[in-house]
Amino acid sequence: MKYEAVIGLEIHAQLLTETKIFCGCSTRFGSEPNTQTCPVCIGMPGVLPVLNRRVVEFAIKTGLAMNCKISSYSRFARKNYFYPDLPKGYQISQYELPICENGYVDITVDGVKRRVGITRIHMEEDAGKNIHQKDGSLVDLNRAGVPLMEIVTEPDIRSPKEAAAFMRKLRTILRYLGVCDGNMEQGSLRCDANVSIRPEGTEEFGTKTEIKNINSFKFVERALEYEIKRQIKILNEGGKIIQETRLWNVDTGTTQSMRSKEEAHDYRYFPEPDLVPLEVSKEWIEEIRQSMPELPDEKRNRFIEEFGLPEYDADILTEERTIAEWFEECVRLGAKPKEVSNWMLTELLRRLNESGKEIHEIALTPQHLVDLLKLIDNGTISRNIGKNVFSEMFASGQSPEKIVQEKGLVQITDTSEIEKMVEDVIQANPKEVERYKNGETKLLGFFVGQVMKASKGKANPKVVNELIRKKLS
Amino acid sequence: MEELYQLGIKEASELLSSGEISPEELLEAVLKRIDEVEDKVKAFVTVTKDEAYKRLEELKSADSTTPLYAIPLAIKDNICIKGVRTTCSSKILENFIPPYESTVTERLNNKGYVLVGKTNLDEFAMGSSTENSGFFTTRNPWNTDCVPGGSSGGSAAAVAAGECIGAIGSDTGGSIRQPAAFCGVVGMKPTYGRVSRYGLVAFASSLDQIGPITKSVYDAAVLLNVISGHDHRDSTSAPVEVPDYTETLKENIKGLRLGVPKEYFIEGLDREVEDSVKEALKVLQELGCVVKEISLPHTGYAVATYYILATSEASSNLARYDGVKYGFRAESKELLQMYQETRAQGFGAEVKRRIMLGTYALSAGYYDAYYRKAQQVRTLIKNDFDEAFKEVDIIVTPTTPTPAFRIGEKVSDPLQMYLNDIFTISVNLAGGPAISVPCGFSSEGLPIGVQFIGRHFDEETVLKVAYNYERATEWHKRRAEL
Ligand SMILES: [Zn+2]
Repeated sequence: MKYEAVIGLEIHAQLLTETKIFCGCSTRFGSEPNTQTCPVCIGMPGVLPVLNRRVVEFAIKTGLAMNCKISSYSRFARKNYFYPDLPKGYQISQYELPICENGYVDITVDGVKRRVGITRIHMEEDAGKNIHQKDGSLVDLNRAGVPLMEIVTEPDIRSPKEAAAFMRKLRTILRYLGVCDGNMEQGSLRCDANVSIRPEGTEEFGTKTEIKNINSFKFVERALEYEIKRQIKILNEGGKIIQETRLWNVDTGTTQSMRSKEEAHDYRYFPEPDLVPLEVSKEWIEEIRQSMPELPDEKRNRFIEEFGLPEYDADILTEERTIAEWFEECVRLGAKPKEVSNWMLTELLRRLNESGKEIHEIALTPQHLVDLLKLIDNGTISRNIGKNVFSEMFASGQSPEKIVQEKGLVQITDTSEIEKMVEDVIQANPKEVERYKNGETKLLGFFVGQVMKASKGKANPKVVNELIRKKLS
Repeated sequence: MEELYQLGIKEASELLSSGEISPEELLEAVLKRIDEVEDKVKAFVTVTKDEAYKRLEELKSADSTTPLYAIPLAIKDNICIKGVRTTCSSKILENFIPPYESTVTERLNNKGYVLVGKTNLDEFAMGSSTENSGFFTTRNPWNTDCVPGGSSGGSAAAVAAGECIGAIGSDTGGSIRQPAAFCGVVGMKPTYGRVSRYGLVAFASSLDQIGPITKSVYDAAVLLNVISGHDHRDSTSAPVEVPDYTETLKENIKGLRLGVPKEYFIEGLDREVEDSVKEALKVLQELGCVVKEISLPHTGYAVATYYILATSEASSNLARYDGVKYGFRAESKELLQMYQETRAQGFGAEVKRRIMLGTYALSAGYYDAYYRKAQQVRTLIKNDFDEAFKEVDIIVTPTTPTPAFRIGEKVSDPLQMYLNDIFTISVNLAGGPAISVPCGFSSEGLPIGVQFIGRHFDEETVLKVAYNYERATEWHKRRAEL
């Protein structure tokens, strides 16, 4: 039998606010344990939470970007359970009345557009961290109270590939909005997946499992592929899927049972009495809507229409807001869009990848690239020399003019000088001249190469080409 | 002249500012009184004698015109004071010293008060007699075989015994008003949201409210002036303006409409209590008030509703006492065992009973039948009051069904104990302000209290009625003999 997968995702995104969700402590990463804490976030007796307005703003922004209905009235709730990293013995979250509901995100997989429904988006606080040692465990509460946003999708995803595409799209949106850095490896974006399978063509849902601990984009696809195969195998062997929570294990590349439905926690949710219901005015929502940046889909479509870029280029350039803005700056400074795109897609993105740097961290500016393109355009340097200059600019942040001048890279277009070099090459390679004259015309490239080498790449290749043809004809 | 320790805030302030007495004399008189009677009363978990003298030194350079300048007050031991042990009368917090100050004590500090000690309560404010204290039972100064009421029994007893000039308590279901009635003093629960709860160790967050326990209505107004008002650290505190209650209470009450709920004059109401309250109504009529019978039809559901909501919230609020971060920990190799042992040894029987009740009420499958239903009934009870206040300005009831009972009399019957709050609980569910004022004595010489309930944020009218009644009677002038 052919099976179809049904996947829904639950994503936790750590918000990029400066302070925690219910107190004024810093959210900075990597400080000494328990230094970013106060009586509120370590759950001392008698303290009370005060909602960080910025967190609400971030959630609304995300909701708007994902086409959600923003609730004018929402509530916080307590999720009760005992764990040492949970100082109050409950997590303040949202339950019955979340801030955003009923949205969607469009993704494209293998050229096919798919719409993934967003069930809800809600705000909550993160827990701390247990550090286990030989002689006992320690608790670090720096992270306790860091704001999180939980995004829950409808079970609209049909393949691991779609799930991965959704996660990438989600990351792009969150980064455009500046609400989350989208780093799965460092845990600022976390993904749990509900997976079930059903015979293709049927409507009824199968029994689902929940996969936790998927901590990189790469593993979204791998963990789901494994889990789907596991479920198919069970059904094919006449078994039954058990509703349970399973942990993705990176080392073995498998999912393992963590707890069954019967062992599931009863979180005893109830409305948080320490916080008043959250009322969001239409005016505030409108104000936030006005402050939203252009979103990836809009930007991509505009790049295609306005700049005539191929879809492929537009897709890649708009994946990161900072890259897209860098591109636009180059165009604004007068460069040809497709030229800029070519250089960015090849030279720039490769070097960013190699250096592991973000585009705002490099010394190279849009003006540099635009100036470089001008130097190539007006024949001052060749395209090939241009690549070397780019490499130099990327490393040092110097202007292309300065690099060209200091390294003496100005292109030789003086025919007499080049003619001399061509003659030298012809004299030094009589055999090849013979073969060329006997019809082996592809040797032209060899002669051009030799001349370019002799000129240290500075000879104008067009002039070289012409002169060699002339001399050997 | 009266002994200095018998003074209220108003008289003490007047003598201090006229220079007739010094801050040292007043403090010494109070501390000496504590030395003399504390063995009998046992109002305090901690007496902060050294800190009090230090504080007097500090006050020498402070503004002496502030309303609480050099006034020795006692604070219920579930309100956090920086650097002072705050126990909630629980073994689990026996050695807890908060590194932060509650908003209420911060405001009292700014107005010059002197802390003389932290008073005993039923563990985590769960009880009506202080018999649930994890340490000891406080005695009623009028008869030390009787309970002082609870949970703010320590504060009420300290005021009645002259061990302080005034006190602060907290009221979740009657915990200020009931002990005030039992001890023959004034106790007021302000409107929910009137006073910041920041630093008040939570029992039931949607019901808890801090308020004054004093020797006179005027003193209650003085303290309320200081502790009221919006606090950015408590989201449930209301941004509602605070009038000067010491001025508004002097207004005339002629023509004020008083409602007497028929559901409150029921079987089980002590005859002497009923007579005293009816007598009080007569006094008020003579002062020009109009009395009429009203109905609060859902009164019968109040106790059940309260014990579902309060215990549900408590089960969650008390989860933080897990032995991990502060307070008592029972060492153990296993995490689960550490949790179980810590909480088994750290909490007393009543606290455990309420945690279990609340955990049950919130459990999957029971939530709708208990918690959600109770929330709905709470709305009905609130509506009862809203309806009644369309016809009357103040609702008058007995504060408690009986005068103070004997120590040990109700310990074995929690339901009987819970019924003690039957007249005070509805007000917490509805959220409005209410005060208990002395209105008589039983034949055994135990005080009786009358309760005045007002509209939301209308503490002015509540205090006005209470003040006018107090001026027309002598009950508040009697002092317990120890
Ligand atoms: Zn904090």
